[in-house]
Amino acid sequence: MTAPLLQIEDLHVTFSTRRGLVEAVRGVTLAVEAGEMLGLVGESGSGKSVTGFATTRLLDAAGRVTRGRILYRGQDITRIPDSDFRALHGAAMSMIFQNPRAALNPIRAIGLQIADAILSHKRMSKQAASEEALKLLRAVQIRDPEKRMSAYPHELSGGMCQRVMIAIAISCDPMLLIADEPTTGLDVTTQKVVMDLLARIAAQRGMATILITHDLGLAAQYCRRVVVMEQGRLVEEAPPETLFRHPQHAYTKRLVAASPTSTSHIADLVTDEERCEYLAVLAAAKPATEPPPGTPPLLDVKSLAKRYDQGPPAVTDFSMTMKAGESVGLVGESGSGKTTTSRMICRLIDASEGEILFDGESIGHLPAREFHRSPHRKDIQIVFQDPNESLNPRFTAFDCIAHPLLRLSGLRPGDALRQRVEECAARVGLPAELLPRFPHQLSGGQKARVGIARAIACRPRLLVLDEPTAALDVSVQAVVLQLLDRLRREDNLALLFVSHDLNVVRMMCDRTIVLRNGSIVEAGESRALFENPQTDYTRELVEAVPHIDRGRTDVAVESLLT
Amino acid sequence: MPSATLRHTAWILRGNPLTAVAACGVVILVLLAILGPSIAPYDPIASSVSEALLPPSHAHLAGTDQLGRDTFSRLLVATRLDLIIAVSAVGISFVLGAVVGAFCGYAGGRLDRAVGRFVDVMMAFPLFVLAMAMVAALGNRVENIVIATAIINLPFYIRFARAEVNVRRNVGWVEAARASGEGNISVVLRFLLPNVLPAMAVQMSLNLGWAILNAAGLSFIGLVSGRRRRSGASWSPKARASSRPANGGWWRFPASR
Repeated sequence: MTAPLLQIEDLHVTFSTRRGLVEAVRGVTLAVEAGEMLGLVGESGSGKSVTGFATTRLLDAAGRVTRGRILYRGQDITRIPDSDFRALHGAAMSMIFQNPRAALNPIRAIGLQIADAILSHKRMSKQAASEEALKLLRAVQIRDPEKRMSAYPHELSGGMCQRVMIAIAISCDPMLLIADEPTTGLDVTTQKVVMDLLARIAAQRGMATILITHDLGLAAQYCRRVVVMEQGRLVEEAPPETLFRHPQHAYTKRLVAASPTSTSHIADLVTDEERCEYLAVLAAAKPATEPPPGTPPLLDVKSLAKRYDQGPPAVTDFSMTMKAGESVGLVGESGSGKTTTSRMICRLIDASEGEILFDGESIGHLPAREFHRSPHRKDIQIVFQDPNESLNPRFTAFDCIAHPLLRLSGLRPGDALRQRVEECAARVGLPAELLPRFPHQLSGGQKARVGIARAIACRPRLLVLDEPTAALDVSVQAVVLQLLDRLRREDNLALLFVSHDLNVVRMMCDRTIVLRNGSIVEAGESRALFENPQTDYTRELVEAVPHIDRGRTDVAVESLLT
Repeated sequence: MPSATLRHTAWILRGNPLTAVAACGVVILVLLAILGPSIAPYDPIASSVSEALLPPSHAHLAGTDQLGRDTFSRLLVATRLDLIIAVSAVGISFVLGAVVGAFCGYAGGRLDRAVGRFVDVMMAFPLFVLAMAMVAALGNRVENIVIATAIINLPFYIRFARAEVNVRRNVGWVEAARASGEGNISVVLRFLLPNVLPAMAVQMSLNLGWAILNAAGLSFIGLVSGRRRRSGASWSPKARASSRPANGGWWRFPASR
């Protein structure tokens, strides 16, 4: 048997930080065979990206390989001088990153950027390099490659930028490509296109790929072998089928459970003990009471539209109703108008047309600028997407939760306020000793809890959730989703769940509305809608979601056969 | 909790020796401004022609000027006036600029464009000439020097605050504040402004030195306040003397010409 293409042996990487040395990677051993696609899966802080960066020598100055070897074709690349490594870079291995737009030079045409990459490793004329770049753009399936050669990154969509990054990465025919979260932040349909392309190119060129991702489903669909990392250690390595059906390590079990699939239920997202706890809570919650007939729906939106001075309307003819205690999902790709719609319903921005009735009362006539005076302000609250951005950096967690109570519930600073804040924190599972902390002293999951506690502090009746878990790890997401579902049942709270994650929406919501280009494509019962989509667009969306249970798509094999 | 604040300050200073040194410098300057007149070795306006234009010596640490006044004493005594001018001018332009800029950045649209173009017009002027014209028109008084210096610095603060607020206006915690029942005005004043303060503080510290230079420049061209002329002391060179060829040696201190 020949030696593997890349062999990492007992790798330790240490970062020197203000709080002393931190071991980010502690003894990782793995091997990548030529032409193989290996999935490296883990949550934030697991050391998966650091392993990738160490392999390509892109660790920042504070990070250092303290122990172990990285053998590329038998040569230890942690010991060779930088000049030798540069020759290896590009031709032997290259890397693509999470945010393709940030990885491209914004003031240089993409054709030139690809040619630059070629010229730095190969001797050829500029003319030849530019022809080569054109070929690469064709290889990554960019439409009108001749025209796109002179385009700048800002003129391209996120998916196109990632294709350009792939073109640059493969420009020198590397043997190994390290893809660090290549499709995070892209829409699910774009993700599928980019990943299919990546898999096909890898198969055609016999290029080995390490796919670093937090998404188990994605890794399962494209890799034959998946490695799971936790806190700098490798905890399990197996083919995806085995990993998902019979996870061995406790962490893998938790991770697999927390990853929503097309059939999972909210109660399934955690391990058995926590599950019992959750079910007990559900059983204790009083069943939702049907409102007496004749009561108007909680929310009634009639042909809402939003137009801006320039460009096409963001939202047109959007209508929906919601009952108290109901959860409705709003899904769509970026630019579909789902965020605009949610902001109009929250009365943070004004609609150009249409009517919003809350409890049968029109709340659309009061401009958004004045809506803070409305008595319904506290009935409609919102949880924001990015927990890092949704808390005022100069407020403590206590201040954040207390703020709406001071403004909307008429509480004054004092014991009553403190009690209410602590009660809200307890409901969302935030330990009271974290309340005096500032946002930068909290973790992502804790910040998300503060955001939810703030939103429920005034006991709203409608909670708009704008991608509440998009920035969270799956295990944190599982807990937050359960929390929201519990709050809904306990308080008879209506949830409007805005998300691009179809699995999450299917699980959380009774009904789902699919938006595209600002108008409703399809609406109906979640289960029926996802199991039997009526429109092509919904079908496309549903099919693009990577599924663990759907089995691997062997793009590699397919494309070799055709 | 003053003791906690003190401890926190001490902790910061221990970790950043450079900050500690700079803080000492500020403290010394403030002390000099307070104590200046009482610790000055000579009367800053007492002239003695026989002692004109002396080089630095034990008796006159920084030498004397063309009227025989002790330059070191004049420097000490002028510290208070110059600091007052600089701090009040920068303070005025900071407060006005931050508020106006923050509202422009938050509101956008017509108000933002109108103020933006007005600021552009101001910046297109040679700012020092603008200040000169203002002091000449309003009269040679300390207040007017302060006002002129504040006005010519205003555009920078407006632009700065506008840009900083503009990038933050749609951030989650601003929308959250509105959802919690905050009106637009209090969102700007209580949420956005405190968050742009740290960046503006840097701008202010840089601007202080510039304001002193500006006030010195105004007095150099002869726009000296009456009170200042009476006190006769300033960090700035005097116009009449400076029109002569520099007749001193390398040791000439800025205040001595």
